[in-house]
Amino acid sequence: MTDHYLVLSAILFTIGAVGVLIRRNAIVVFMCVELMLNATNLAFVSFARMHGSLDGQIIAFFVMVVAAAEVVVGLAIIMTIFRSRKSSSVDDANLLKY
Amino acid sequence: MTTMNAALAAGEVVQHPHAATGVLSATWLLIALPLAGAAILLLGGRRTDKWGHLLGTAMSLGAFLVGALAFAAMLGQKGDDRTNLVHLFQYIPAGSLNVDMNLWIDPLSISFVLLITGVGSLIHIYSIGYMAHDPDRRRFFAYLNLFVAAMLLLVLADNYIGLYIGWEGVGLASYLLIGFWQYKPSAATAAKKAFIVNRVGDFGLSVAVMVMFATFGSLSFQNVFGHASEASHGTVTAIGLLLLLGACGKSAQLPLQSWLLDAMEGPTPVSALIHAATMVTAGVYLIVRSHVIFELSPDARLLVTIVGAATLLAGAIIGCAKDDIKKALAGSTMSQIGYMVLAAGLGRPGYVFAIAHLIAHGFFKAGLFLGAGSVMHAMNDDVNMRKYGGLRKYMPITFATFGLGYLAIIGFPGLSGWWTKDGIIDAAFEKGGTSGQILGWLALLGAGITAYYMSRVMFMTFFGEPRWDEDVHPHESPRVMTIPLILLAIGSIAGGAFLIAGDRFANFLAPVVGEPEAGHKLITPYTVIVFALMVVGVGLAYVQYLRRPIPRTAPAGNVATTFARRDLYGDALNESLFMRPGQWLTRLTVYFDNRGVDGLVNGLAAFIGGTSGRVRRVQTGFVRSYALSMFVGAALVVAALFLVRI
Amino acid sequence: MTGVVAAGAHQTGESAIFWVLAVISVAAALGMILTRKAVHSALMLATVMFSFAVLYAVNEAPFLAFVQVIVYTGAVLMLFLFVVMIIGVSSTDSLVETIKGQRVAAALVGIGFVVLLLVGFGHATLPKTTGLKDANANGGNVMGLARLIFTKYVFAFEVTSALLITAALGAMVLTHRERLRPKPTQKQLSKERIKSDRVAPLPPPGTYARHNAVDMPALLPDGTISELSVSPVISRRRTGEHEDLHGASPEVVARQDTKTVKAVIDKPVEVEEEEQ
Repeated sequence: MTDHYLVLSAILFTIGAVGVLIRRNAIVVFMCVELMLNATNLAFVSFARMHGSLDGQIIAFFVMVVAAAEVVVGLAIIMTIFRSRKSSSVDDANLLKY
Repeated sequence: MTTMNAALAAGEVVQHPHAATGVLSATWLLIALPLAGAAILLLGGRRTDKWGHLLGTAMSLGAFLVGALAFAAMLGQKGDDRTNLVHLFQYIPAGSLNVDMNLWIDPLSISFVLLITGVGSLIHIYSIGYMAHDPDRRRFFAYLNLFVAAMLLLVLADNYIGLYIGWEGVGLASYLLIGFWQYKPSAATAAKKAFIVNRVGDFGLSVAVMVMFATFGSLSFQNVFGHASEASHGTVTAIGLLLLLGACGKSAQLPLQSWLLDAMEGPTPVSALIHAATMVTAGVYLIVRSHVIFELSPDARLLVTIVGAATLLAGAIIGCAKDDIKKALAGSTMSQIGYMVLAAGLGRPGYVFAIAHLIAHGFFKAGLFLGAGSVMHAMNDDVNMRKYGGLRKYMPITFATFGLGYLAIIGFPGLSGWWTKDGIIDAAFEKGGTSGQILGWLALLGAGITAYYMSRVMFMTFFGEPRWDEDVHPHESPRVMTIPLILLAIGSIAGGAFLIAGDRFANFLAPVVGEPEAGHKLITPYTVIVFALMVVGVGLAYVQYLRRPIPRTAPAGNVATTFARRDLYGDALNESLFMRPGQWLTRLTVYFDNRGVDGLVNGLAAFIGGTSGRVRRVQTGFVRSYALSMFVGAALVVAALFLVRI
Repeated sequence: MTGVVAAGAHQTGESAIFWVLAVISVAAALGMILTRKAVHSALMLATVMFSFAVLYAVNEAPFLAFVQVIVYTGAVLMLFLFVVMIIGVSSTDSLVETIKGQRVAAALVGIGFVVLLLVGFGHATLPKTTGLKDANANGGNVMGLARLIFTKYVFAFEVTSALLITAALGAMVLTHRERLRPKPTQKQLSKERIKSDRVAPLPPPGTYARHNAVDMPALLPDGTISELSVSPVISRRRTGEHEDLHGASPEVVARQDTKTVKAVIDKPVEVEEEEQ
């Protein structure tokens, strides 16, 4: 059963990654990142079950905590950018280039 | 001891110096006095204008006095003890190169000291009058003192480094003096030419010094000469040839002769000093001083004689064609130095005659040059002999002294030149073999030509009808100029006899160059031939320049005359062989630098710049592009992991 | 995979839950990245997260399941929705891609990546699932996790607290706006108002409560419409689709209203005026 979960995890991770690549709204990009993190969490949890050890769940727990912190800061950054640029598109913040 | 035995077996003379005592230990004053004079006059500036010439002359005379006292002290020593060493200071204590600065006082160097300071002092005195109206007289005397000091260091140093310093000092002083009237472009060019041509010779000397250090590990005369016989034949020959190159530069021998004639751009006393007492004699000194090396290498010696013989003929031929009195005399100097180099190359019997001829030449050539200066003074600084004529009535003292110098140089029996030059010719024939014959006959021929061109100078200047410019009013020079002339004339008369008669000089120099061979005959068949050739030369000149009127402008002349007038095409040769290729090489290098090196560098830079300009377009500023590359990278990492693990 | 399914035939319940949730979560994830509106994406994400919570529960991780619901679905997603509301609920992504080839490349790399992972899983030899019965035996799942967190992972846990505090401070610093001039007092505000053209307050939208929409303009005493009474954002929308308006434009409706009201109040005058 474990590899079912792993396959699901891989598919969702890839969907998240593709979403990061194709979406321009910074908030949606963030959501896709969250999706990727959740996909890995699923893998961790199913591995924990497979090995009969709680360490995988602990890792998933820490990932959640870090994701929460990341979301807070990331959304604050999005807010700040929106205030100065009146836009939440990641393509509009492209001054740092050649 | 084995070293000494080996050296003795090779027939060399090994000098064993001992620490000098008494007056001899004060010989550092020889260099210090004129050097101090130069320093005071140069640093003192215009404050010393009033008495600068007197100080300079006093310093030179003081050095002469010290030299004379040292000479007297040396005469009091026994023959083998006459090599004295005065320790000055430790000059270069650097690892295995350890140079002590000592003065090497032996009969050879003391002879030079007396010549340099004696004739030099007379030229100093003469210059007081000659340069009386020059605003820069003080500077002139400072340079004269510097010249004398450098030359004294050259002949007194006990090692090749000290000799080299003096050598370069002489080059510097000659540059300063030849270009003394630097506002004249010709003088500035001549000074540069002298310096640059001398550099070629200096290069040879410096390489010789390096080779000596590499071979012997030391540069003092004692060590180099003591161990010379241990070095390989090739090394010794190389050193000898390099030393010869140095001597050629300083002594204006072929092929580095071209600077000497142009050096006439300097004031006349400078010419006298360069030609009689300092500078050109340095090459002869170098060869004689290094005779141990030359004696070990017959090849080098042969080349020395060839150079000497070629130069003595070349100088004589150039002297025949010049209408400029100073240039005619300069050609004669080349020729006479050629005799000395020839003699020095001949070996044991020749050294004595080389130095004796050098000293005799110092007297009569200084007299001739100073006499020429006196004549120029009378003729408003005109140097063209075609505008002279009949001056003997107006300048009796100059005429008498110049005439005595003239008789000395052509080898009139009894006068200085006869004693020494004939000795050289005899020595050439005594060398034996075909080469001896050839060298001897060439020297004979040179003697004849010498008589011809010197008679030409004499007749054109002092005899015949006046051909002066209209505003010229000849007059005898002041006493400060004539007294040195008289003293030099006395030297021209008696110097040779004093040195040669009874082998006096040969015995004196014996500790340096070896015992003279017994039984040097004064009159040989060759001396008769020399005399005959001399008479022929004088007669030819008499017919050409006294019986016939001399045109005020030079006739066109034939090919030979043009050849001689153009200094045997020496300058043209240098120009086509070195200057033009050098210029082309420079242009080629510049072109290569601009196009090749710069092109490569700029091209590379442009390539990198262009590539960067294109590659930087990858940095679009779009986060999603970067994310894409990261994702691709992650995919590749995963793929790589699989490839490794599966 | 079939082997695993066959081997776990006795877990039909789990299998069924998995297949249902897998389909739902993949569909929701695809919807999330494909829908144009950010709010819809957030809702799709919420769906995925709820599915995950259930999957965690199935995977013997009840604590994580609750944390998932509370932290992710409750807190994080609400934060997302807040931000979406603040910076423009109406903003929709344009469907035109600006970076050339980005979508194709993303799709290709995505497919390649997932194929790679699946191939890797296919080759991997996984041990037989042990289950967490033993690990959860001593006081249950929460006790087990707590024991690990406060013993083995206590240092990481402490660092996490530092991380959270830092993140909170960072968010405050980032969103904080510096006040460039002192806050105006009541006195200053009243002075400003006297100086301005309009002393009275702005007219409120709507009149006589015939219409309660904010986009209905107020009427001036002479019966004309006051543009000031409606927010410029709303007025610009100009949908004209209010049910109250019955297809007419707000101006027409307002005039009708005025007429009706005036007819009721000042009938004789109104009639006179009408006759004039």
